[in-house]
Amino acid sequence: MNRKLGVYICHCGGNISDYVDVEKVKAAVEHDEGVFLARTTMFACSDATQKEMVEDINANQLDGIVVASCSPKLHLTTFRAVAERAGLNKYNYVHANIREQVSWAHSDNKTGATEKAIHLVKSAIARVRLAESLDPITIPSRKAVAVIGAGISGMRAAIELADMGCPVTLIEREHFVGGRVAQWDLLFTTDQTGKELVTRLYDDIAKRSNIRLLTGAEVIENTGNIGDFTLKVKVTPRYINERCDEGNLQRAIDACPVEVPDDFNFNITTRKAIYHNFPSEYPQYPVIDIKNCTRCGECEKVCGSIDFSQQEKTVEVKAGSVLMATGFDPYNPSEGEFGYLQFDNVVTLPQFKRIIDMCEEKLTFRGKDIHNIAYIYCVGSRQVEAGASSAGGSATDRYEEASRDISGENRYCSRYCCTSVIHSAIETKKRFRAVNNYHFTRGIRTYGKQELLYNESLKMGDIYLQSYENDPPSVIRENGKTTVRINDIMTAGKEISVNADLIVLVTGMVPRSDNRIASLFKLPKGRDNFFNEIHMKLRPVETVIDGVTICGACQGPKNITESVNSSLSAATKSFSYVSKGELELEPIIARVDAALCTWCGKCMEACPFDAVKKVVDGGKEIAAINNSVCKGCGMCLPVCPVNAIDLVAYSDQEMETMINALAEDIK
Amino acid sequence: MAGISTKSARILVFSTEKISDPAIDMAGLLKLHYPPTVYTISVPCSSGIKPAWILHAFEKGFDGVFIAADGSDCTYGESCTVKTGRLVSMTHEIMKEKKLEPARLRMAAICSVCSEAFVKQIKSFNQYLLQMTQS
Ligand SMILES: Cc1cc2nc3c(=O)[nH]c(=O)nc-3n(C[C@H](O)[C@H](O)[C@H](O)COP(=O)(O)OP(=O)(O)OC[C@H]3O[C@@H](n4cnc5c(N)ncnc54)[C@H](O)[C@@H]3O)c2cc1C
Ligand code: SF4
Ligand code: SF4
Repeated sequence: MNRKLGVYICHCGGNISDYVDVEKVKAAVEHDEGVFLARTTMFACSDATQKEMVEDINANQLDGIVVASCSPKLHLTTFRAVAERAGLNKYNYVHANIREQVSWAHSDNKTGATEKAIHLVKSAIARVRLAESLDPITIPSRKAVAVIGAGISGMRAAIELADMGCPVTLIEREHFVGGRVAQWDLLFTTDQTGKELVTRLYDDIAKRSNIRLLTGAEVIENTGNIGDFTLKVKVTPRYINERCDEGNLQRAIDACPVEVPDDFNFNITTRKAIYHNFPSEYPQYPVIDIKNCTRCGECEKVCGSIDFSQQEKTVEVKAGSVLMATGFDPYNPSEGEFGYLQFDNVVTLPQFKRIIDMCEEKLTFRGKDIHNIAYIYCVGSRQVEAGASSAGGSATDRYEEASRDISGENRYCSRYCCTSVIHSAIETKKRFRAVNNYHFTRGIRTYGKQELLYNESLKMGDIYLQSYENDPPSVIRENGKTTVRINDIMTAGKEISVNADLIVLVTGMVPRSDNRIASLFKLPKGRDNFFNEIHMKLRPVETVIDGVTICGACQGPKNITESVNSSLSAATKSFSYVSKGELELEPIIARVDAALCTWCGKCMEACPFDAVKKVVDGGKEIAAINNSVCKGCGMCLPVCPVNAIDLVAYSDQEMETMINALAEDIK
Repeated sequence: MAGISTKSARILVFSTEKISDPAIDMAGLLKLHYPPTVYTISVPCSSGIKPAWILHAFEKGFDGVFIAADGSDCTYGESCTVKTGRLVSMTHEIMKEKKLEPARLRMAAICSVCSEAFVKQIKSFNQYLLQMTQS
């Protein structure tokens, strides 16, 4: 029983104290049983306050502390560390969440918020009185990390981990690494090419013996937990021998009768079922796309390297932590959205990037010369509620107007696209003759240094127009000509029309459509449906699934620099889980009261982890918990007919005393 | 229950550290308001709540108990949903024996981003409890 308690109530700047009367909370609890000192503080998490707490604990020999502040997700570990620094066992610290669950949730009711805060602090005090000192459980943690996705983020993370001395398995679903960046030629803001960047990373990976790269590989099963994950990975073969004769291979490609849209070029070209990598893709071996191959055997007739006897394999990967870097999909406009798939000269930004990469001297598309280009911004990003924008879309014999509905779920800004389209427009003007760029924006967001590109484009004479928030431009086809029309904010609402040879829809980023991996790992998604970190600032690469970190564009729209920064941070976090070879886990496990247990076996049945065994103790059969296997879920608690099981830190006494404090009337 | 606004019922929520806690926290972050007489105690998993704790809450004067269950997202395994359901029906049985209205214990799966669902559930539960106590 703790008898000398310190209680700290945080203002959190004004985040708490603007709605909760913290002085009143202090006054209401300072005479509670066991409370030796109660203080309010501006920022409990500041270094200065942390130091003060350590001094308070030492000077007054406190044996338990409570901090009422933000969510424990953010600062439970901070204040446990304070306790430890003062020589107190960290389980003698109890947290009360009076920000997320009080001041913010009830900012509409200050009296109610203050009363709730008092209740929560009283209940934390009641709990800390009963808190026991506990020793953490140590479990072995395998010094290995599985990195899923070999785009720029996954590759960079793998290299970082390898250089810290950690074995890495890099798992890529496609037959080639590089992710989206392999598809872009010139990149903002460095003017490197995607190929240069991917080549450098691939070479760096090849040099490191502690990185195992699996391509054509997909995780199909995940078992285990932090420290000890076991992944089953299905590896699809290439059906072509590694040492193949390139001359014959080209003949085999020519012979293949199956032609499918080439997704590397976002379906504006086709490829065969047997195909070669693009120069920016690695490893540089050809592959047979077995899903589309009809097994007609034409390629085998001309090339000896084809080998249909190669078998799909299942590989087991063991790792202490999993780093998720599965990236994004470009937004795919629906048919008719700003004329997409309705008019043959409407393309997306990714398609445009491929078109300029493939054109040599002249800029052409579908056999036509391109001079006037109209860029429609924010397609699939910054969407509005249904009904908030006018949908458009009408047709007569010679007049067709495309839908300009911008309603949808994607409320976020995709961040990369303003810069990417301006950069691509500049490059297009530099490389090809007589190009005029017309930008139909919703306000430019070239943040930071990217603004320099915007400046450059203005100097080169690009025309910028801006639509009103819910009044996007219309795309009209009349007498074979395509026009983009806008009510332009810049010219005080003047209607301006541009005849365009090519219309580029500046499409945003969306979560990968095939996201089975998220359900395999039970990764929560945020408001925008990308993977969600615990806290944007404080725990930016951790997820609620212990041991699984996230980075890059699978977490939300990011450019390369932002993706790489987050991948380095995720690599460091993942490494921290495995570097010591062991992990400290919360000692929250079940315990059996031997005197009460009558061995009925019900807890054993309820335990999903096989942590309960029958033992004989003093001639009596009872249940015993295997401490290193028990995960502390508590599933065995409610099934015991004689109430012989408790969870450490959640004993009946602790729960009941907390409930009592919450139910108490406040004077 | 003196001093507390009479417009809201007193509700004890059992939430879970990994799944429903984040949703309840996010409800605050998004300033989605719900009655301030809703108190949360978090546990590792909703299938580990003892009926005795729930009954204790009623005994101490709570109007309702809400279990913000892990549902199929539970990190401790798929059996969570069935087991949480089982402990709720077990408690409902005991409540009937004790002449407590079983509807005063409610359960709904609240995923880690289900903030709006949480607030909606709590508000409708509050309405129900207020009507029940008035009639
Ligand atoms: C049109 C366009 C132009 C751009 N231009 C620039 C630019 O010039 N400069 C810049 O800084 N940024 C640019 N970006 C942004 C850039 O593409 C991203 O920042 C970058 O691709 C993010 O890398 P990533 O590794 O996180 O994701 P991705 O590039 O998407 O890579 C993810 C990888 O994971 C793999 N994967 C997915 N799911 C699985 C799974 N279940 N199992 C195994 N592997 C899986 C994928 O196959 C892929 O290889 C551009 C984006 C677009 C759309
Ligand atoms: S980056 Fe620019 S184009 Fe992309 S969504 Fe944001 S504002 Fe729109
Ligand atoms: S359920 Fe209770 S009585 Fe039965 S074996 Fe487990 S601890 Fe013992």
